[in-house]
Amino acid sequence: MKKKDKVVVGLATCGIAAGGVEVMDEIARELKKRRLDVELDETGCIGCCFAEVLVDFEKEGMPRVTYGDVRPEDVPALVESHLVNGKILKEKVLLIEGRKTTEADFLKKQTRIVLGNCGILDPEDIEDYMGIGGYEGLRKALSGMTPEQVRKEVLDSGLRGRGGAGFPTGAKWNFCARAEGEDKYIVCNADEGDPGAFMDRSVLEGDPHAVLEGMIIAGYAIGATHGYIYCRAEYPLAVKRLKMAIRDATGKGFLGSDILGSGYSLDIIIKEGAGAFVCGEETALIASIEGVRGMPRPRPPFPANKGIWGMPTNINNVETLANVPWIIREGAGKFARLGTKGSKGTKVFCLTGKVRRGGLAEVAMGTTLREVIFGVGGGIKNDRPFKAVQIGGPSGGCLPAELLDTPVDYDSLPAAGAIMGSGGMVIVDDTTCMVDLAKYFLTFTQMESCGKCTPCRIGTKRMLEILTRICEGKGEPEDIERLEKLAVDIKDGSLCALGGTAPNPVLTTLRYFKDEYEAHIFDKRCPAGLCSELVTFHIDPEKCNGCTVCARNCPTGAITGEKKEPHGIDQEKCIKCRECLRRCRFDAVYTV
Amino acid sequence: MAGKAGKVTDEEKQRIALDRVLKKYSKQKGALIPVLQEAQEGLGYLSEETLGYIARNTGRTLAQVYGVVTFYTQFRLEPIGRHLVRICHGTACHVGGAEDIDAAVCGHLDLDQEGGTTPDMEFTVEKVVCVGACSLAPIILVDNVAHGRLDSEKARKVIREYQKRKQGARGS
Repeated sequence: MKKKDKVVVGLATCGIAAGGVEVMDEIARELKKRRLDVELDETGCIGCCFAEVLVDFEKEGMPRVTYGDVRPEDVPALVESHLVNGKILKEKVLLIEGRKTTEADFLKKQTRIVLGNCGILDPEDIEDYMGIGGYEGLRKALSGMTPEQVRKEVLDSGLRGRGGAGFPTGAKWNFCARAEGEDKYIVCNADEGDPGAFMDRSVLEGDPHAVLEGMIIAGYAIGATHGYIYCRAEYPLAVKRLKMAIRDATGKGFLGSDILGSGYSLDIIIKEGAGAFVCGEETALIASIEGVRGMPRPRPPFPANKGIWGMPTNINNVETLANVPWIIREGAGKFARLGTKGSKGTKVFCLTGKVRRGGLAEVAMGTTLREVIFGVGGGIKNDRPFKAVQIGGPSGGCLPAELLDTPVDYDSLPAAGAIMGSGGMVIVDDTTCMVDLAKYFLTFTQMESCGKCTPCRIGTKRMLEILTRICEGKGEPEDIERLEKLAVDIKDGSLCALGGTAPNPVLTTLRYFKDEYEAHIFDKRCPAGLCSELVTFHIDPEKCNGCTVCARNCPTGAITGEKKEPHGIDQEKCIKCRECLRRCRFDAVYTV
Repeated sequence: MAGKAGKVTDEEKQRIALDRVLKKYSKQKGALIPVLQEAQEGLGYLSEETLGYIARNTGRTLAQVYGVVTFYTQFRLEPIGRHLVRICHGTACHVGGAEDIDAAVCGHLDLDQEGGTTPDMEFTVEKVVCVGACSLAPIILVDNVAHGRLDSEKARKVIREYQKRKQGARGS
């Protein structure tokens, strides 16, 4: 039988946000109008977020083509050119299978294990997943391996926890397997809360069965009787696809009682988080599952011995579990050949901020920051200078251009003052103020501190107050020292990693961008021109051509001038809303 | 309005819905959070009465339930507008100008910069931390539908669309 031509639209959260559903509807209409017998499908996120909406065309006799930046109005031309005339519509091409395009580096420079199926499979169809070897890892584990052998395989692979702490997964499984308890729990931590990180959401939306398969294998390895997936309530699509995946996997006998006739049984329940960042911490997560306030408790006892309802509990992150089926299927040796001595396999990073090709980048451990940001990400938007990369979210740090050759692994990043964290990478250019960025993260941690430990609760508040006054031009010379002292106290005096790492964004910006703090404190100047209290807005008469756009949009009428004549800003009336700066298309508005 | 003889009042309807939720989770240990989530989904917010009713029927004190509700940002103790606008303040959105979006949306709806609910109960605006769609920053969610790659003008346009819908519905 002739294979049907196929059109596939990327419909993860970001694809939908960019208008993917409208594009899909338009394609359906166009296909119907032209009476074309073409299969129309949806998939998850391939990670080329910079070019959403993405649509793949598969036509017999032509290579698979991914079109990017597709809008509903582009659809008729695309369908006519590609499907009717058999010609690739060059203007919209992002990638052509087997050929070099300008954006091909984005995927070519990646090594994909976790994201291997994202944007390719239909996440809502279990047959699709099984067609590419899905659940073969589980079958192999259950039919030919003892739980000890599974744990040893994962230990030998060198896989470390991808949620941030980087603890060896196999060792963690061993602790829980050896603990005594009537019941045992396996938990998938899908409470992805770091601002700037969305890889777990993409995996859950794009390849939910891989996470589920990893979780069932882990459950078998530790002898778990029950499973929970603790997922952020902010990810409704991920929850929906997980529910479907659980239903379909149960239907196929991969989940439930006597899985694949092995005698092993496991049930999995989804628990939706209710909005508390601290619940990503293991003991807080357990409290939340038990239905109380999600506050961390001292360890030991570790969850491996006393977790949910006092029973042995093993908690792994989404990305960690998504690696497991691959390791069992392909073998620990193949996994361990990727990466560095202490960090094996790959890591998924979320490239965002001022990078040209933002999206998901999965690279082998040990790849340099430069390769990730400039190789995969294509450098900085609008050719502005690279200033810093913020890695690891609110627990991480900001690294400057001098450290771009740092390899990404569990040893090199902490040495530079950052952490691997969950893998958020926010790239900033010269228009971002580093003091403001540190303030942003402290605002976040101060708000999310659960309040249990005083140094974290009050200390982050005091740090935020200091940072706020520095940004307002009211900083005092002693403030830098105060920040450093508070940072140490908070780190030492907090029970969990939230407080333990909260000062990191301040410490790294102080370490690498101290001159910006000093400019704010001593010169009352914001070098990036961002902190409103420290800048004034002006119009360059040489560049202004009097188009009147700024004057018409100024909310206070501070800008005046004749048409086609240079305009001026009345500083008395200016409220520094930046509207003129954003709207000027001639670069005439500048800050001092 | 409800309350006529023989008809089920709104209050009774709500009670029936709440009982259904409580029954659904009665056998699940520690299922307070899902009960609260589903109660809020049905009622729009959690009133003191609702919390008391849930406390009595889950064997907890009102203080315990209140403690849980105020710990998690998802729960609300006040009614919200017909449309819920959430402005993302994740890192990428912050760097991309989320504060300008705050100003544009709140300014357009005549709310102060911190958000809140419009007097006509049409819109509630709140700030949230990272909705995980960073590559489309800055982004807002209106009733769970994401609108990305915004600037001040585009953000106002999104809100205007929802305002128009209301007027359109009235006209038809």
